[in-house]
Amino acid sequence: MSRMSYREAVREGLREAMLADPRVFLMGEDVGRYGGTYAVSKGLLEEFGPDRVRDTPLSELAFVGAGIGAALGGLRPVVEVMTVNFSLLALDPIVNGAALYHHMSGGQFSVPLVIRMATGAGRQLAAQHSHSFEGWYAHIPGLTILAPATVRDARHMLAPALADPDPVLIFEHAALYNTQAEAADTTGPVDIRSARRMRDGGDVALITYGGSLHKTLAAADRLAALGIGTAVLDLRVLRPLDTAAIVALAQQCRRVVVVDEGWRSGSLAAEIIARIVECAFYELDAPPVRVCSEEVPVPYAQHLEEAVLPQPDRIVAAALALLGSKG
Amino acid sequence: MTVQPPAGPPPPEPSTQPVPHEREFAHRLLADMLRIRRMEEKSAELYGAGRIRGFLHLYIGEEAVAVGALHALQPQDNLVATYREHAHALVRGMPMRVIMAEMYGRFEGCARGRGGSMHLFDRATRLFGGNAIVGAGLPIATGLALAERMQGTTRVSACFFGEGAMAEGAFHESMNLAALWQLPVLFCCENNLYAMGTALDRSESQTDLCAKARAYRMHAVSVDGMDVVATHEATREALASVRAGKGPAFIEFRTYRFRAHSMFDPELYRSKAEVEAWKQCGPIHTYTARLKRQALLDEEEFLALDAQVMAEVDAAVAFAEAGSLEPLDDMLAGVHTPTGAQP
Repeated sequence: MSRMSYREAVREGLREAMLADPRVFLMGEDVGRYGGTYAVSKGLLEEFGPDRVRDTPLSELAFVGAGIGAALGGLRPVVEVMTVNFSLLALDPIVNGAALYHHMSGGQFSVPLVIRMATGAGRQLAAQHSHSFEGWYAHIPGLTILAPATVRDARHMLAPALADPDPVLIFEHAALYNTQAEAADTTGPVDIRSARRMRDGGDVALITYGGSLHKTLAAADRLAALGIGTAVLDLRVLRPLDTAAIVALAQQCRRVVVVDEGWRSGSLAAEIIARIVECAFYELDAPPVRVCSEEVPVPYAQHLEEAVLPQPDRIVAAALALLGSKG
Repeated sequence: MTVQPPAGPPPPEPSTQPVPHEREFAHRLLADMLRIRRMEEKSAELYGAGRIRGFLHLYIGEEAVAVGALHALQPQDNLVATYREHAHALVRGMPMRVIMAEMYGRFEGCARGRGGSMHLFDRATRLFGGNAIVGAGLPIATGLALAERMQGTTRVSACFFGEGAMAEGAFHESMNLAALWQLPVLFCCENNLYAMGTALDRSESQTDLCAKARAYRMHAVSVDGMDVVATHEATREALASVRAGKGPAFIEFRTYRFRAHSMFDPELYRSKAEVEAWKQCGPIHTYTARLKRQALLDEEEFLALDAQVMAEVDAAVAFAEAGSLEPLDDMLAGVHTPTGAQP
């Protein structure tokens, strides 16, 4: 059986998009000759040439802003920002620009721009290369925020993102690039509106996304081995949140753990729990809980980094504590 | 203790060179400068009366820049402007009544009242805003030019910004990118000497603005922004260079705003005498005088033109006054493009 990595899947998605539409091009730091910081775009320069696989200077503000201009001008740019930490240098064009143009122009203009970036920790890259700001971006009206956690989504979310007339940000957790799946399991298409149930069960619901999905699935396996019916929901889309799927699962399991690599305060996990409480408070058997990153910048040393991030042990412990509170 | 503001650079001597324009074209330039002036004088009055709210940044005094420069563009060219952009929208062809309706927050405005004075957009004339983040228009104009290049068009993307934007990283990153990729961008710096209240020499180590552009190996020229003949000519020459594929170009228009930065500005940073001195070389009366000297215009024609402009202003105000409000039920609809619509 042939297998495909997450990295190959992203590359294949880009290839398919560029073959399908001559307006699509890739632009970013070292996407061309170097082959991409995470080797995602390796080989694309040879296939599509330097116009469509366009190396940029280290000017996040300008090349993300230029992506807006290129989208307004009729192209379908895919802008790669090396990591989410660096995307803060381009917050202005993303938040004050791309997200607002349709609104500010009274509907006259749209910005069909896709921005991809690596996010997350787990590779000992320390505090300026390891954070998870996708929850911040999910705060902004006008943006669609995607977090492909599976090889299938890594390959197929790009096409609907490019078909969207408005800006879409895709967050690829850097620890996922080497994950693999059977190629047969990576066929599309996929939507960019709904969450997906990865496991079903009736005792406890684990809700997560992105780099935490595999840790959550590992926790679910251990809980299932203890005879606990464990459901897992992969959010996939962080804005707009699939509130219906979240609430339905909370109603089904009555106990919810939300796993989010972002910091706890003001996290996406907080928003998810707020929606559950608003919509399904009287159907819950226990207060929903969060497993988030500890509120420190991500440290370099391996033991510290591991302790800061959500891990299967903490997820299992949180679920068992919830079940203990059954009363 | 009152601190007297230091004196800024003196105004230029008004040009006495013959106007090289044909009569009809000269009248069009004068009419557009008058349309800006009268529209904005009325806007200031309406602001005082509470009909226009929010921020209102007037272009009065700087009319020769937008009029001279934009009359050199082709209709298909792209334009990116700042929050002081009523003039640019008007000269490019947005109807005055639509501008006025937008400033009134009316549904009949160019952005249904969502944007207001600082966010005028017009798909028909390829005006890509009205951007109120200083410097943010430069990367967008650069990207528009990239799209034009990649699609093989001959369009130039003109980008207006103030000298204050030249302290922003967006300026330097965009100049580098546009020059590196030899993109068809015309960078138009409206140097009115003050970034809000900060004089150029209080914010820039290098006050020779063209030197900054030349550092990026870009064609750069500085021109008297109070003289519509000079602004038009400089823009025509720069555009010819850009259109010939010689890469982006930069023009510094040395100009002056006669009014405050916005309606909240007590103008502590410059003296009344300085403002008065610049008014002596105001773009409208100096051009009018030159046209009269050359018998391209007489007083009767001027008065008729002005009356025509005033009628347009009155009609624009009446249109805005009679305008409607966007229904609250539609409020959330403006955030994303409706399904099925093509951007």
